[in-house]
Amino acid sequence: MDPSLLLEQTLNGLTLGVMLFLLAAGLTLIFGVMDVINLAHGSLYMAGAFASAAVTARTGSFAAGVLAGIAVGAAFALVLELALIRRLYARAHLDQVLATFAVILIANETVKILFGPQPIFAAPPPALAGSVELLPGVPYPAYRLVIIAVGLLAALFLWWLIGRTRLGMLIRAGTTHRCMVQALGVNIEVLFAFVFAIGGALAGLAGAMAGPILAVQVGMGEQILILAFVVVVIGGLGSVRGAFLAALLVGLTDTMSRALLPSLMRDLLPPAAADQVAANLGSVAVYLLMAVVLAVRPRGLFPAHG
Amino acid sequence: MAEAQATARVGLDGVVALCGLCLLAAAPPVLEHLQADYLLPTLTRMLAYGLAAAALDLVLGYGGLVSFGHGAFLGTGAYVAGALLQHASRGTPVLAWPIMVPGSTEALVILPAAAAVAGILAFLIGAISLRTRGVHFIMITLAFAQLVYFLVLAVPEYGGTDGLMLSARWRLAGLPVRGDAPRYWIALVLLVLFLLAARRAMEARYGLALRGARQNERRLLALGYPVYAIRLLAFTASGACTGLAGALLADVAMFVSPDLLSWQRSGELIIMVVLGGQGTLIGPVVGAFTLLALEEELSALTEHWMLVLGPILLLCVLLFRRGIWGQVIGAAYPG
Amino acid sequence: MRTTRRSILAATAALPALGLARPAIAQPEAVKIGMITTLSGPGAALGADIRDGFNLAVKNAGGRLGGVAVEVVVADDGLRPENGRAIAERMVRRERVQVLTGIVFSNVLLAVAPVVLPAATYVSANAGPSQLAGEGCHANYFNVAWQNDNLHEAVGQYMTQQGVRRAFILAPNYPAGRDALTGFKRFYKGEVVSETYTRLDQLDYAAELATIRNASPEAVYIFLPGGLGINFIKQYAAAGLRGRIPLYGPGFSFDQDVFPAVGEDALGCFNAAQWALDLPNPANRTFVETFEREYGRLPSLYASQGYDAANLIGSALAATRGDVSDRAAFAAALKRADFASVRGAFRFGNNNHPIQTIYMREVVRDGQGRIVNRTIGVAFENHQDAYAALCRLG
Repeated sequence: MDPSLLLEQTLNGLTLGVMLFLLAAGLTLIFGVMDVINLAHGSLYMAGAFASAAVTARTGSFAAGVLAGIAVGAAFALVLELALIRRLYARAHLDQVLATFAVILIANETVKILFGPQPIFAAPPPALAGSVELLPGVPYPAYRLVIIAVGLLAALFLWWLIGRTRLGMLIRAGTTHRCMVQALGVNIEVLFAFVFAIGGALAGLAGAMAGPILAVQVGMGEQILILAFVVVVIGGLGSVRGAFLAALLVGLTDTMSRALLPSLMRDLLPPAAADQVAANLGSVAVYLLMAVVLAVRPRGLFPAHG
Repeated sequence: MAEAQATARVGLDGVVALCGLCLLAAAPPVLEHLQADYLLPTLTRMLAYGLAAAALDLVLGYGGLVSFGHGAFLGTGAYVAGALLQHASRGTPVLAWPIMVPGSTEALVILPAAAAVAGILAFLIGAISLRTRGVHFIMITLAFAQLVYFLVLAVPEYGGTDGLMLSARWRLAGLPVRGDAPRYWIALVLLVLFLLAARRAMEARYGLALRGARQNERRLLALGYPVYAIRLLAFTASGACTGLAGALLADVAMFVSPDLLSWQRSGELIIMVVLGGQGTLIGPVVGAFTLLALEEELSALTEHWMLVLGPILLLCVLLFRRGIWGQVIGAAYPG
Repeated sequence: MRTTRRSILAATAALPALGLARPAIAQPEAVKIGMITTLSGPGAALGADIRDGFNLAVKNAGGRLGGVAVEVVVADDGLRPENGRAIAERMVRRERVQVLTGIVFSNVLLAVAPVVLPAATYVSANAGPSQLAGEGCHANYFNVAWQNDNLHEAVGQYMTQQGVRRAFILAPNYPAGRDALTGFKRFYKGEVVSETYTRLDQLDYAAELATIRNASPEAVYIFLPGGLGINFIKQYAAAGLRGRIPLYGPGFSFDQDVFPAVGEDALGCFNAAQWALDLPNPANRTFVETFEREYGRLPSLYASQGYDAANLIGSALAATRGDVSDRAAFAAALKRADFASVRGAFRFGNNNHPIQTIYMREVVRDGQGRIVNRTIGVAFENHQDAYAALCRLG
């Protein structure tokens, strides 16, 4: 493969990677700090996408739409925490899975009633709709570069928040020494609600950013949720750093397996069989990656709970 | 005193279960009398799901291992049955290499084959997954199920997302199985046999060890129990019996649907177990009946049935932690 | 405690009474038509369109079809074959519904067929799997839309007519995707630069788009149903390929259900369908006009199929004077296809699938600035599917 195509495919992998990171970061934080498994995280993402698309359509401003997506994601997450998840902290993971599964059903149906069953419109702002010539002869969609930038900024923000602030210290402490934090008199309820809101805001941001390149429709959350879980588990539950690296790894694996396998297989096998084998391997590459990582390191790459 | 109470509890549990069994056994003639025998396939499907949910309860309720991938075993069982029937009606072999495997329409071949293949798959998946704990276990079983799902979808011979439409139905000991009632009986007998066997195993030393490992793994290890092997055995048996349920589903529907393999289906099996009461074996069967009846009734009532089902599930989780069966027999909430 | 006991009773003992609470019949003489369709999940828009199109035809005729009062019973299959089958069992065996329609997806239809066809008549308003068109065709099964391969074949034919020499073709990695590309290649005579299969839940097509740019074909053909197509079309435009390499697809990737979501990104794409918004026949004008007035949106291909299904059933009801109990007579009446289809002329082949004209359409902006399909030509006249010869029906 020639170098410019390789560069392009790498960028493609990064786009998918940072999108996954935005979702996975919230998931892994919520799990790490509160020990809660939240299947409804995909619904937060869907809410962000719909809110952003609706506000962009109403105001004509993409920035306003993104802000609305973040706000709705955070608000939805807060409501979810206060009304439901709060009652499930002491419960088994099983109850959490079940309750948040029920939330998915409710959220999907509510969105369908509000927006109708048809997918709705979302487009990048006109200024970003074109492409940028990275290297001579390699045009690349500007909007995708923005996604990568936003994802990296969010990662930087989280790194600062968790690594450099008092709040972050509490989050870290909450992840590793939960009882100690409570014993020290930290208002754990506020901390939990805040972490949930952060996770929701990131999911809302992911939804808002995804709108222009993916279909904004009922059920969009579940499609990406599974991949986000794969990222969280590969990265190690509770580790934002792990989620970041795992997200890039998953994004690149997914893209590269689809970009490279067909030509690779054609060198090895007769054409008809090669297409079939490449397509099938490409279909399961991410899950294979996860199985291999967990078989070697059962707790993921960077486990947060010692 | 405590002992007497325990016996009384077992008694109540047994009485209610026996009543339920009598009702189920009476269903075919009663329904026929009421001219409502169109319900038999639905009931058979409920029995099959009950079997799958009860099988999942082995690992989930007793073992404390939340498998989010049992749909893979359900689907595998269904596809094994579907493939055998399909190839038998076409007269082609299922496998020509490395060993010759012909198709079959004999239930006594199909059911064990479905259980065996699903069991082997469960053994392989379990061998890797059981190295992990807690949420990791939930997620790795989910990932393996996704892997199986996409691999099966990609096989053109078995219909992919279209599913596999079966033209042949199975025979029992060489005799044709006619009508809905015999299928119902087969499912009921398999379910009851499974429940009896599983209850025995769970009350025996093996079951105590499995439950013990859930409560205190280190202690069991210290006592010299091979915890990993105990769990792997439970996972394999559970997968095999779930595969059996899949085969029943394939025959009653004359159709194998790939969504049996999907993660949503794995999630539904979990819901059945929790709804009915985990760690009770019979509870999951009750849960399966309840969930399927709810889904069917609600979806006929309104297009927005999920908006009704969702809150019902939420209330169940929040208020009835022991599940329906747990409430009835007053069993302690496990874990 | 008491409530739980009652729910157990509901679950076990009272199962025979499942759903007896539902109101049974409205009027004694109304013919019941069962509509099993997908109204929840990502496929919900398609089912809603079929239902709306069907209901519109009933409404336009004053609650009647073919002069016979009808009652449409709608149920949501949730895109799950098992649910569809359970609904079909209930409708056919309990409620004695003898005419059914509405299923969107082939997998649901294939699960439902064994229940319905022995005892009732099924008129497909969308799904047309090859299993029911060839050897597995059935006297009680009619498809008023198309056999699944038809639209792919049409695009292949049109691209050959247009002298496209190098095509890049792409579909999801599952049998319907493979069938689609096989159907396309059946009539496309140029060179296939690459035949790419993508994952069925794939979100991001950037890798394929980069490969496409690198291969620089003369045209790209995609079969990506539903949300997959929306993702692809958006990303195709964002990658700057729209306008540089023409994008072709079957009509179901480019219709009114998709346009609101992709907007301008679909402009200039070519697609094939048996129907178009601008077909000049009177039946179609009435349909488009009343649909827009009733629902406040433009009808899609799916809505047109629902509308045609209703009118086809109406024609048979008129011929049998509302008697749906004689299966053979009702089937014979359906087979005459004696109704004004919104697509213009059409008749049934031996396998009860359409023999029809398939049009090429281009996505454009209309006078009011809306994004619509404009008919630009004809790919096939009187086209019949490839499986008809295998069907032993007369």
